[in-house]
Amino acid sequence: MKVSVRVNGHDMTADVEDRMLLVHFLRDVAGLTATNVGCDTTSCGACTVLLDGESVKSCTVLAAQADGRAVTTVEGLAGNGEMHPVQRAFHEQHGLQCGFCTPGMVMAIVSLLRENPHPTEEQVRAGLEGNLCRCTGYHNIVRAALAAAEVAS
Amino acid sequence: MIPASFAYHRAASADEALSLAAEHGEDAKFLAGGHSLLPLMKLRFAAPEVIIDIGRLSELSFITDEGSAIRIGALTRHHDVEHSELLAREIPLLAHAAGQVGDPQIRHRGTIGGSVAHGDPASDLPAVLLALDATFVARGRAGTREIPAGEFFRSLFETALEPGELLTEIVVPKPANGAAWSFQKFTKRAIDWAIVGVAVQDDRIGLINMGSVPLRAGRAEAALAAGEPVADAAAVAAEGTSPGSDIHASRAYREHLARVLVGRALEEARSRS
Repeated sequence: MKVSVRVNGHDMTADVEDRMLLVHFLRDVAGLTATNVGCDTTSCGACTVLLDGESVKSCTVLAAQADGRAVTTVEGLAGNGEMHPVQRAFHEQHGLQCGFCTPGMVMAIVSLLRENPHPTEEQVRAGLEGNLCRCTGYHNIVRAALAAAEVAS
Repeated sequence: MIPASFAYHRAASADEALSLAAEHGEDAKFLAGGHSLLPLMKLRFAAPEVIIDIGRLSELSFITDEGSAIRIGALTRHHDVEHSELLAREIPLLAHAAGQVGDPQIRHRGTIGGSVAHGDPASDLPAVLLALDATFVARGRAGTREIPAGEFFRSLFETALEPGELLTEIVVPKPANGAAWSFQKFTKRAIDWAIVGVAVQDDRIGLINMGSVPLRAGRAEAALAAGEPVADAAAVAAEGTSPGSDIHASRAYREHLARVLVGRALEEARSRS
């Protein structure tokens, strides 16, 4: 079937299998490989992207379900050579170790801060329940989220 | 993991969804948010030949106040139930429990109707809706009918919905004392299904994962109705249930959890009211 998705501001149309998952559309069709496939079972959050501005796990969305809608991946966050405040906060707060969960973590936090621009630490931890860090680097990830909220305010 | 091949159809209206379902019969499944069905399809536990995507039927996404009850469209997402001011005020149990389903990403996609129609005894909302004495509205080619929550769940993943019938609405009566609620969910990780969960509204008790269907704790409710104290009601909370044993917990452990969590839930509901 023909699927058209606005990916990071660019319209992308492709003829794909009906069963294609959004994460494979992003990685294999759009060539955007920052979005990782981790558990592939809606648990780990490594594949988190924004669908019309809200975080979703792209291993559990069909490309067909994103037809006509806007998707943002971590590649689409930086503008004019400037890192997004959440990306910068990860850099400054040492919010990553191996980096595998990072694209999903960043996108989950961008979505969280849109819904709640001034979260408490507890709200950040609850908001990241769907993202696992295999290095267990949660403390600095939470610090990065809080620092990004501080910068934005 | 990739699902088995299927033909994808997107319905533009509930009527179109029903005609597609009639056309394709038992080969077809409705897809709402996809957060119950797609994982099963990826594991090849389900392999429908036809998917009817109802996810864009905005006509079935609403939360409206009808005076004595609140009507919720089947395609209302957990995120929208969680953040509804109307539900937070009138039926806080439901708003709170919706906010405990999965994680934020799952709540951005998953729907209340999908959760109900899936018929998984380990899901949170079916037991919550039992405790709230909700009614489910289903639409088929022959018309619309109402099914009380207590008659809806038939066996594991099997509901009273007929083939081709679409769950369209959930009608939740406003509780006698909205504040008298509690939701207790015991999990190993936040995103896991409940090993056991308990929803209490007034003196009605819903049990999550204590058998092949979501259940009411009938013996405990009867004990409360007979004027027995909370501790005595909680002590019989597992009677009449048939929980399974699995990698997470034995049957005996689940029965123990049910007694403990029912006790906590009844205490909390009473302390709030």
